Amino acid sequence: MHELSLAENLLQIIEETATEHQLTKVKTVWLEIGKLACVEQGSLRFYFDVITQDSIARQAKLEIIEIAGQAVCTQCSRSSLIASYYEACSHCGSYNTLKVTQGREMKIKELEAE
Amino acid sequence: MCTTCGCSTGQTRINGKTIQSLHLEKPIQFRPLRHSNTRDHTPSLPIKNNCASETLASGAGITTAHAPGMSQARMIKIERDILERNNQYANENRRFLSKQNILALNLLSSPGSGKTTLLVNTIQILRNKLPITVIEGDQQTDHDAARIRETGISATQINTGKGCHLDAFMVQQAMQQISPQQNSLLFIENVGNLVCPSNFDLGEAYKIVILSVTEGEDKPLKYPDMFHAADLMLLNKCDLLPYLSFDVDLAIEYAHHIHPGLPVIQISAMQGSGMQVWIDWIEANRLALPSTVQYKT
Repeated sequence: MHELSLAENLLQIIEETATEHQLTKVKTVWLEIGKLACVEQGSLRFYFDVITQDSIARQAKLEIIEIAGQAVCTQCSRSSLIASYYEACSHCGSYNTLKVTQGREMKIKELEAE
Repeated sequence: MCTTCGCSTGQTRINGKTIQSLHLEKPIQFRPLRHSNTRDHTPSLPIKNNCASETLASGAGITTAHAPGMSQARMIKIERDILERNNQYANENRRFLSKQNILALNLLSSPGSGKTTLLVNTIQILRNKLPITVIEGDQQTDHDAARIRETGISATQINTGKGCHLDAFMVQQAMQQISPQQNSLLFIENVGNLVCPSNFDLGEAYKIVILSVTEGEDKPLKYPDMFHAADLMLLNKCDLLPYLSFDVDLAIEYAHHIHPGLPVIQISAMQGSGMQVWIDWIEANRLALPSTVQYKT
């Protein structure tokens, strides 16, 4: 449900950028979304299409770059790629020792616009 | 329709009064390109910008001139957090709270875990020791604020309409109404929801997740974002354990899978067991102010 909030925040940033750069049409929007971020991509795409209907980003394409989850093990100090919080260290197999270092991002990166 | 939460426009209310919502600014209307000699309906030619910053206008780039048939597509680097606006308000709230030496606690759980009962009983214990204010978040009604006010404490009710979480702007508006005193304790009872509120920083010092033993042990696994974001877990309704098959150790183990080292306090808000440990936790963190609040952004 909060994906609608995220989509609206996204549109606000797009509109601010459009004013600043005197844009007339936004064609593509690139996002970086971490694999561990609390975001359902399908839902975000749906709401983005809905809220941009009457905006400068009407029919803009949403390109989502997924950022892998990464964590450091406090036991063996090595780094692992993780797909969820519920994972063991891929090196030493310890549970309850992973400290997330990457994968919670929710960023707007770039626009292609006229 | 409000485009943030799907509610009708202006459904966010504080103590029954509509507030200007953070997310209701009028969108810029779509402005179609004017037809001119230099632009027509030809396919666009996007130009990639590999520079570290700012924009590359096609007129100054590969196409060089505004040649007929060439579009003005350009790449604009932004690099901004999607929730940047909320986070700015959250940082303002945090600065204010830190300056006033107020400990703000954001209480999060699914509906029915006993948040309001916990609050009422916590207030009963602490009310003569320090000033307390409460911000209540619910979609509808001011029942919870009314329960808090019965204890003699000021409470502000935010109704989010159809919204599923509190945001930092709503909390800022509520704080302006309720004016919490210096050196006080501020409880923010979030909308009952184990998903959405985890994403929204309100400027609080700590997020406290409440899990009750009438729910499943595997809630931390099912709703990992919330348990990962929390700074403390309260396991509530422990007085009911003899009548249930809830496995306390397993619930805590699951919570630690998601959030290693997450402190857990077992309580019964209704019967009082464990409440002193919770009160001690509050007191200890209040004494640790403002350093913890100031540096936690």
